[in-house]
Amino acid sequence: MAELLQHLINGIAAGTIYALVALGYTMVYGVLKLINFAHGDVMMVGVYMGYATALALGRQAQSSAWGVLLIFLVAMGGCALMGFLIERFAYRPLREKPRLTALITAIGISFALSYGFQLDAFELKFRGLTLPIPLPGAAPRAFPQIIKPAAWFTLGDPEFPDVVLWNWQIISLLVAVGMMVALQYLVYRTRFGRAMRAVSFDHRVAALMGIPTDRIISLTFMIGSALAAGAGLLYAIKDTSVSPLMGLMVGLKAFVAAVIGGIGNVPGAVVGALLLGLVEEFVVGYAASTWRDAVAFGFLILVLLVRPGGLFGRVAAEKV
Amino acid sequence: MLLAAFALFAAACEKKTQPAPSGEGTQGGQAAQPATTGGTPGGSDTILLGEVGSLTGAQATFGVSTRNGIELALKEANAAGGVKGKKLAVRVYDDQGKPEEAAQAVTRLITQDKVVLILGEVASSNSLAMAEKAQAAGVPMITPSSTNPKVTEKGEYIFRVCFIDPFQGAVMARFARENLKADQVAILQDNKSAYSIGLTEVFQRTFAQLGGKVTATESYSQGDTDFRAQLTAIKKAKPQAIYVPGYYSDVGVIARQARELGLTVPLMGGDGWDSEKLFELAGNALVGSYFSNHYSPDNPDPKTQKFIADYKAAYGGVPDALAALGYDAAKVAIAAIEKAKDLSGPAIREAIAQTKDFPGVAGTVSLDKNRNAVKSAVILKVGDGKTEFVTTINP
Repeated sequence: MAELLQHLINGIAAGTIYALVALGYTMVYGVLKLINFAHGDVMMVGVYMGYATALALGRQAQSSAWGVLLIFLVAMGGCALMGFLIERFAYRPLREKPRLTALITAIGISFALSYGFQLDAFELKFRGLTLPIPLPGAAPRAFPQIIKPAAWFTLGDPEFPDVVLWNWQIISLLVAVGMMVALQYLVYRTRFGRAMRAVSFDHRVAALMGIPTDRIISLTFMIGSALAAGAGLLYAIKDTSVSPLMGLMVGLKAFVAAVIGGIGNVPGAVVGALLLGLVEEFVVGYAASTWRDAVAFGFLILVLLVRPGGLFGRVAAEKV
Repeated sequence: MLLAAFALFAAACEKKTQPAPSGEGTQGGQAAQPATTGGTPGGSDTILLGEVGSLTGAQATFGVSTRNGIELALKEANAAGGVKGKKLAVRVYDDQGKPEEAAQAVTRLITQDKVVLILGEVASSNSLAMAEKAQAAGVPMITPSSTNPKVTEKGEYIFRVCFIDPFQGAVMARFARENLKADQVAILQDNKSAYSIGLTEVFQRTFAQLGGKVTATESYSQGDTDFRAQLTAIKKAKPQAIYVPGYYSDVGVIARQARELGLTVPLMGGDGWDSEKLFELAGNALVGSYFSNHYSPDNPDPKTQKFIADYKAAYGGVPDALAALGYDAAKVAIAAIEKAKDLSGPAIREAIAQTKDFPGVAGTVSLDKNRNAVKSAVILKVGDGKTEFVTTINP
């Protein structure tokens, strides 16, 4: 029984991270119909920005409330800027090209980031100028504990508990649900959201109606990337390890979660992610750990067979 | 903002422990310059060796340590006048820790660079891919630290200067049973690595033979960061110790999450734990855990101490076992080349096969008829930021 409860906590905690990453995925898809495969790697870059900020702050300041806020602000702001640049220079020139072109570009960016970040720091010399290029190198690093771990709930002997629930697990879940509500509000209750939906419906017609489509798309990307950075930091707090390849698998799993929930649908992404986290956890806990990924992706196929649009998605007839 | 963050990163980034040596490998399997200047590769005054290692990727410290050790051995040999009146040089390719890249690098070393001998890899999965190519081309290959038995089974051109997994797994099983007095242990293995699976098999068998019981066997994939599901399942089995024969990059995170879930029993591992990075990744979660290794820097042998001093002077930091084995592998190779009647593959192979009682810094190397080194293992205990020598276990 205690074990079941612990598995439940673990599964929801894992699903929470998928949910946070999936939110950005699903929002960008909702507007652009572009699967931004670089999303997980933008997350990774955000984590490194947060890591650098935490190191610069030092051991004391990094775990103070202001320190944590600053770490999140730097990472999310930095990623928003990066999202803007990626959209402006990689995706916008391809907007009128076949969708596959942008998809391949996204995969390219994903690999450029995850492998570029495995290089060691070096100095670029150009006409007597030296520009340091601070890359982190391939070795995994330990992410500092900016949220001091505290067990908020234990069952059994408090020294060696049977079940533990940590503060960051609750915080992450609250952040994820909060983000979901905020995004839902943004998309359905604001002028900006209406413009997003119009661009999503048909960006050429939206432009004719006087909607600044470029700006809307840029902003969508910036919000999505900032979300990725926030998700990444919570992920790093949870699993304490940072490496350049950390974004690949999480990005893929979050994508699966978004598709399960119905890609483009905000609450769907969260539900899909929590489901995926729980399915993985219980497969490992009660079947065999080797089956985890196979079952996770098998679950995707199963959901799509029964509901091709995902759990919350609508299957729209293709306009001809 | 982005640049500012990066600049912060540069400022905050810890100083790289290894200054870039002359034989620096570059990303993407690009060719690096030979470690010594002068003489065209394969030319009349240079003997060119090949090396493949994971200079980038998740196990980057493995490749970098090995390269440093090999470089040090070559530098010494060249300073002493070289071999057969010629200077030695090494061509290094980076495989990013991937078997397919490693195989490609070997093909390039053989066909393009025409090396006389190949050194590498650390990870058994990569060495297996390389051994296939080296054996087919008849170029001798010495792996410094791949412990999976299948590596040298690829053929008579493949050698190693370290012990093999059956020995390492058995050593740990014996230690768990006899020194830790454990009756029940659990195993958490890395399903993606031949090394981890091999260690698990032998550990399981030996531990059972000694009257112990393995109460849970769980697995993960290299690069995972969430091990809580497996650890929760293990916790239910109430083990007295957990055998985690994985690589340091995962073990540190596993240890932290085990402690987080209230699992306080010691973890046990193999030489894959051996990296300075382990302490950073694990925090203090591994204090009181044990692993088997090839060598201990506490070994008072003057040869070993001289190597440690030279290594510190050249690269800073205490050499890990992989650096020591890289050094030994290069030394064995150099001695064999000196002894061989010419520089052809069969002649060098013959010379390596006759290696006996070679005084290495990580133990004395004698190669048996299966081309594996027969030598003792040490058990190390993880302390606060360092390892402590516990005992030596002989074959």
